[in-house]
Amino acid sequence: MIAAHGIHKHYGDFHALRDVSIEIPDGSLTALLGPSGSGKSTLLRVIAGLEAPDEGVIAIAGNDVTRLAPQGRGIGFVFQHYAAFKHMTVRDNVAFGLKIRKRPKAEIASRVDELLEIVGLAGYQGRYPSQLSGGQRQRMALARALAVEPRVLLLDEPFGALDAKVREDLRKWLRRLHDEVHVTTVLVTHDQEEAMDVADRIAVMNAGRIEQVGAPRDLYDAPATEFVMSFLGPTATLGGRLVRPHDLVLSRGPAEDAVPVTVERVVHLGFEVRVELRDGDDAQLSAQTTRAEAAALDVEAGQSLFVRAERPAVAA
Amino acid sequence: MKVERAPRIALRTVALAYLFVLLLVPVGLILFRTFENGIGAFWDQVTTPASISAMALTLEIVAIVVPLNVVFGIFVALALVRGRFRGRGFMQAIVDLPFAVSPVIVGVSLVLLWGVNGWFGGLAEVGIRVIFSLPGMVLATLFVTLPFVVREVEPVLHEIGDEQEQAAATLGANGWQTFWRITLPSIRWGLAYGVVLTVARALGEFGAVSVVSNGVSGQSETLTLLVANRFEDLNLFGSYAAATVLMGFALVALVLMTVFERRSTRA
Ligand SMILES: Nc1ncnc2c1ncn2[C@@H]1O[C@H](COP(=O)(O)OP(=O)(O)O)[C@@H](O)[C@H]1O
Ligand SMILES: [Mg+2]
Repeated sequence: MIAAHGIHKHYGDFHALRDVSIEIPDGSLTALLGPSGSGKSTLLRVIAGLEAPDEGVIAIAGNDVTRLAPQGRGIGFVFQHYAAFKHMTVRDNVAFGLKIRKRPKAEIASRVDELLEIVGLAGYQGRYPSQLSGGQRQRMALARALAVEPRVLLLDEPFGALDAKVREDLRKWLRRLHDEVHVTTVLVTHDQEEAMDVADRIAVMNAGRIEQVGAPRDLYDAPATEFVMSFLGPTATLGGRLVRPHDLVLSRGPAEDAVPVTVERVVHLGFEVRVELRDGDDAQLSAQTTRAEAAALDVEAGQSLFVRAERPAVAA
Repeated sequence: MKVERAPRIALRTVALAYLFVLLLVPVGLILFRTFENGIGAFWDQVTTPASISAMALTLEIVAIVVPLNVVFGIFVALALVRGRFRGRGFMQAIVDLPFAVSPVIVGVSLVLLWGVNGWFGGLAEVGIRVIFSLPGMVLATLFVTLPFVVREVEPVLHEIGDEQEQAAATLGANGWQTFWRITLPSIRWGLAYGVVLTVARALGEFGAVSVVSNGVSGQSETLTLLVANRFEDLNLFGSYAAATVLMGFALVALVLMTVFERRSTRA
């Protein structure tokens, strides 16, 4: 388990981490999710030992490592821009940590081949990083980090520099890899879809604080704060409360807690239909509904309807 | 900018004429004078004891100065790029001092400092001679060549950033291992270029060395001093021959420079 307790970090006058505490269970894949500048990378680098916290304690597997240099922490770190050793071949990149540990040559060679097989770079041993695509470089960086059998794998926006298609493939691949090797993993991302897709736990960060930690579903369904609610998915404001557009129920007649609205536009998005509404205070909101429901109501622009929230909402 | 044909040819002619008159004619003239009596005469001049001693002394100075400036240069470049300390701006400025100060002034200040009547003049009384001997010439050459390695390595360090070094640290490398396996290989072409510049400058140094050396033939006379002394003694042919040897060394440095320059911009 990785435990951070009461972490503070300043850059000059800027308070980048404010009393951050989090526990990351063994074998989990935890995402640190938050907008750019919220302190995700700083927290990850503090865990890695690449930055020293001003206050607080970092423990890995029960040992206080706060004052320990990165090389003593048993971690693997993957950088957004790969940090490939440009003057070394793929083989030497992956072998680096093992050579530092003075493992026997034969063992290093077989381990490197095995890892390159796992990350899908078998046959690329002799290439230089400049001869690889971005996605291949990042997989090489992953193999390099995994080679030393870290207790903890730390990934700082590892797919951030890749294009959308490659990013999606790689994150599915990362999830499968994690299911195979089970190394405790922390993934930094600002992309909520990526976090929901790969992580089994998400910690949402905002302005140097952790707002909430939990399973993706729990965060989505029971967000603790308005920030978490709006960061994890689309929202609509109904009667001064934040709700999910798909929790809005439309009806022709009045119902309990229902608000009268006018339909402005109906957008068909394949299976789903987005109904853009305007309420009595002239504020806009969108409801998401299925094709069948929309057809049953026979919604069209200009129509007057009633809308209510199906589930308890978060106080705004 | 589009330049018409006629002015373009005119521009080119002027540029070529300029280079021809300022660079090629003087150098060519020396080569002509050196070899006009045949290779044998040239060979006799450059194998005199004084010539051989001057070449050896010059190479000896280069051999001492280069390693010192490599170590110091890498250290300062790392401090300037990676360090976060007060006085970095000051350090930036003083690294360039040798570019701004005339070598003669460097020589004079070294005499003031290390000469018999200087601050450290006491050393001479216990038998350690700095001025008028090798240490003085080394100090003078160190001073004038100091910026080259720093200024060539610094931008390369900037460009490679420190992520590779951080990655090495997370993979278990200590500071020393990271330096040898990551930092040094990454800056190697920039460093090589800085070394070649240092060698070229050290070979050609005259002003500072002429002040701190008494120029005793066969003893404290470098190649540049030999050229000047023979010229003053009206041994013109000997002077040309020594100059040609110096130019030969410089030419080798120039070729290496071009090679490393290409590699460092490509890497
Ligand atoms: N080395 C640094 N020096 C000064 N400020 C920094 C440094 N690193 C990060 N910061 C600042 O700290 C804040 C949090 O940064 P970071 O942890 O990188 O955010 P995130 O990864 O969530 O985008 C940002 O406002 C950033 O500008
Ligand atoms: Mg970041």
